[in-house]
Amino acid sequence: MLVYGTELRSRLLLGTAQYPSPAVLAEAVRASGAEVVTVSLRREGVAGGGQGFWQLVRDLGVRVLPNTAGCHTVKEAVTTARMAREVFSTPWIKLEVIGEDDTLQPDVFGLVEAARILSAEGFQVFPYTTDDLVVAGRLLDAGCQVLMPWGAPIGSGRGINNPYALRSLRAHFPNVPLVVDAGIGLPSHAAQAMELGYDAVLLNTAVARAGDPVRMARAMARAVEAGRLAFEADPMEARDMAAPSSPVIGMPVFGA
Amino acid sequence: MTIIVNGKPREVKAATLDAVLAELGYNGAHVATAHRGEFVPAAARAACRLEEGDRVEILSPIGGG
Repeated sequence: MLVYGTELRSRLLLGTAQYPSPAVLAEAVRASGAEVVTVSLRREGVAGGGQGFWQLVRDLGVRVLPNTAGCHTVKEAVTTARMAREVFSTPWIKLEVIGEDDTLQPDVFGLVEAARILSAEGFQVFPYTTDDLVVAGRLLDAGCQVLMPWGAPIGSGRGINNPYALRSLRAHFPNVPLVVDAGIGLPSHAAQAMELGYDAVLLNTAVARAGDPVRMARAMARAVEAGRLAFEADPMEARDMAAPSSPVIGMPVFGA
Repeated sequence: MTIIVNGKPREVKAATLDAVLAELGYNGAHVATAHRGEFVPAAARAACRLEEGDRVEILSPIGGG
């Protein structure tokens, strides 16, 4: 996958929150084969964060994609992005502008505005968006070169809520890198996203909150790879009625 | 004077953002700063003068999704 001029071999992007321990996080990232991990910014002194966390991520040797998680306004998101660019030394930003707290649904109006501001400032914006086709077009107009529609609400593990909408996005924007971000709970969900022709999957909770995060990271990596291979292999069409797979011609007759 | 650092009142002697960071023990820490809601790049901290009651945010990396 080529995104903002960077070639990524792994099509699995992994979040770094909610792991049982820093050691499990590190092992899960390695097991996932992810080349990109998402990170965040919070007030200095919050447990699990700070200089120790940053050292751990740097030691993993992966690329970081900072997010603006928790931001509800354009100003919050833009300010957080500017701070993240300095701390993480990257123009990449996973842009989140949250519009509703029960679903963590993006405020797509604020998202487009923030994307325009940040793109003009030289950021390379990865917008966390809904599966709305028109919004997707506006985000591209705003300067985004990748889109990250949700599969289902963040942390819900419900999988792909609306395969039709994601298929439609894929068909309309065949040359834009598309990443399903949020909602993945199982490897089968990740495989489904890839079978739809998505370029990558971004997930966190499904691995971090599994009983064995390292094993689940491995499972997700294989599912993403399997789904991608299946897409490239051009799957058969589904049909309603049975069609025998063994030859019909040459059937013996065993009648008396 | 009293300023609000990460939401909590702190008594500080320093009058600039870089000096306040040093006074509060953030010397060399990998942090990003904001003053009155606006991002202050590391290079601009020395020129950032603080006044009584100013809000300062000091952020550091943490896990995220």
